[in-house]
Amino acid sequence: MDLGPYILLATLEGSVTAAVLALTAIGLSLVFGVMRVVNVAHGEFFMLGAVLAWWVAHMVGAHPALGFAAALVVAPVLVGLVAVAADMTVLKRVDYDPERTIVATIGMLYIIQQITLMTYGPDARPVEPPFNSRLAIPWFEYSENGFQMYWPWGLSTTSYKLAVIAAAAVVLVGVWLLMARTKIGLLMRATQLDREMALAFGIPVERVYAIVFGIGAGLAALAAVLIVPIQQAHYLMGGDPLLLSFIVVIIGGLGSLPGTVIAAVLIGLSDGIISVFFSPTLAKILATLLVALVLVFRPEGLFGVKSR
Amino acid sequence: MLELDKVNAGYGQAQILRDLSLHVAPGEILCLLGRNGAGKTTTIKAIMGLLPLLSGAVRLDGVSLNELPAHQVPGRGIGYVPQGRRLFAELSVAQNLEIGLMVRGSGTEVLDAVLELFPRLRERFHQRAQTLSGGEQQMLATARALCLEPKVLLLDEPTEGLQPSMIEAIRQVVAVMRDRGVGIILVEQRVDAVLSVADRVSFIENGHNLETLDADALRRDHAIIERHLGV
Ligand SMILES: Nc1ncnc2c1ncn2[C@@H]1O[C@H](COP(=O)(O)OP(=O)(O)OP(=O)(O)O)[C@@H](O)[C@H]1O
Ligand SMILES: [Mg+2]
Repeated sequence: MDLGPYILLATLEGSVTAAVLALTAIGLSLVFGVMRVVNVAHGEFFMLGAVLAWWVAHMVGAHPALGFAAALVVAPVLVGLVAVAADMTVLKRVDYDPERTIVATIGMLYIIQQITLMTYGPDARPVEPPFNSRLAIPWFEYSENGFQMYWPWGLSTTSYKLAVIAAAAVVLVGVWLLMARTKIGLLMRATQLDREMALAFGIPVERVYAIVFGIGAGLAALAAVLIVPIQQAHYLMGGDPLLLSFIVVIIGGLGSLPGTVIAAVLIGLSDGIISVFFSPTLAKILATLLVALVLVFRPEGLFGVKSR
Repeated sequence: MLELDKVNAGYGQAQILRDLSLHVAPGEILCLLGRNGAGKTTTIKAIMGLLPLLSGAVRLDGVSLNELPAHQVPGRGIGYVPQGRRLFAELSVAQNLEIGLMVRGSGTEVLDAVLELFPRLRERFHQRAQTLSGGEQQMLATARALCLEPKVLLLDEPTEGLQPSMIEAIRQVVAVMRDRGVGIILVEQRVDAVLSVADRVSFIENGHNLETLDADALRRDHAIIERHLGV
């Protein structure tokens, strides 16, 4: 039996990881880029998205697709509002000072985690996917009749996984449009480029910060809603996305959105492929090693611009 | 009329401005002269609300600006051309101007009038600000401030590093704005660059302002300048 179908399968699995990772990391990157805040609580906003998705789907009951659709809207919005509140009550009070915001977001991390443990509990709970037909993976072989398509036994993906990849791509295009084409995007970029001049030209910087922090957290939550039907919601699930997002943001170049997406695809795909053929742990080890190499040899990131 | 009334201000613990008072009327050009580090830029930032005041007041037509959040100050009609241009470097000429227009919701007729003053910017409209030449960047910084139809224009060393023809162009725009009734505060290092346009000149030293004189008096008696600036 040849290797081809397995590589295809691993690539598909990797693409799902990459898609979810790209959404999570773009949120982190946006917050760092515009606000210069290293948000250690980013993974907890992800977790909160997943837990709220379970909660919403559970409340709605009805058909799984209905519950999921409700979760897709409600969870990111709620998480975004929580983040806006956290920004206005905590980050604004410490004046967005780089060191103090790190400590503050570590505090948020534990608060969110513990509140979730106290209310939702320690169990991992699944959300039913809205649709989930099994799709066998086709492959080609060469026989005396020319190329022939066949379905290697036991290799399959699901329609839901393909939908996750598509949904992430759509959202990423949406984020790009927001930044490049809208008024609020222009204000966000101006604030990122020169905070003091933004103020001197009437941009309500504090409001822009609150919106950016909300959007960043909302993107993490959205990524989580997409992944719960595959992974289950658990109060400790924020650790891995946080680590991987940091890896992606550093490799992609701090604050560079295109760099972040490229790095997410790179890390996601290699994570999928290495996990299938070797082990998930090896995948994480290699990714972390890559970060170390990037930090040593290209601190501005593979796609970042040299420091200003 | 923009007034600074016994302003004390600084950065964190370091007080820079001490009892500084100034005023500029509509249609008047006030020049601030002073050595490096005298506190000229700090004065301008205090007007823009970018520094908290320890005491004193900044008033525009009787309304105190220092009680407003910083981002509301420009909306009252204060255009700022900062030292070193400080453009939004990765944004295009058009986007930089758009940000100026948004301050007071100005329409395209304002943009057209501004581009009339700086035709070169129209040719460079979709170019990124950081790829402009130094002179063009200064034009853009000035144009961005004019886009909010200022009542008062603050220019912080607008001629720094420019060739004579460009300095002349900037000076002409300043004169045009003065004739349209805009009050102008012009910070300069070089006396000769300002004497021809200034109505009054104020000398700043160590965050105090020494005296404010009519430019005519200075033109007649150069010794005063030498006394204050030690040139
Ligand atoms: N962000 C800051 N933090 C602390 N001190 C500052 C800051 N900016 C300026 N200063 C200090 O304030 C004093 C006045 O600086 P300011 O920039 O107002 O001078 P200036 O008159 O504009 O000088 P120049 O002609 O060189 O532009 C200087 O002693 C400077 O060191
Ligand atoms: Mg200065």
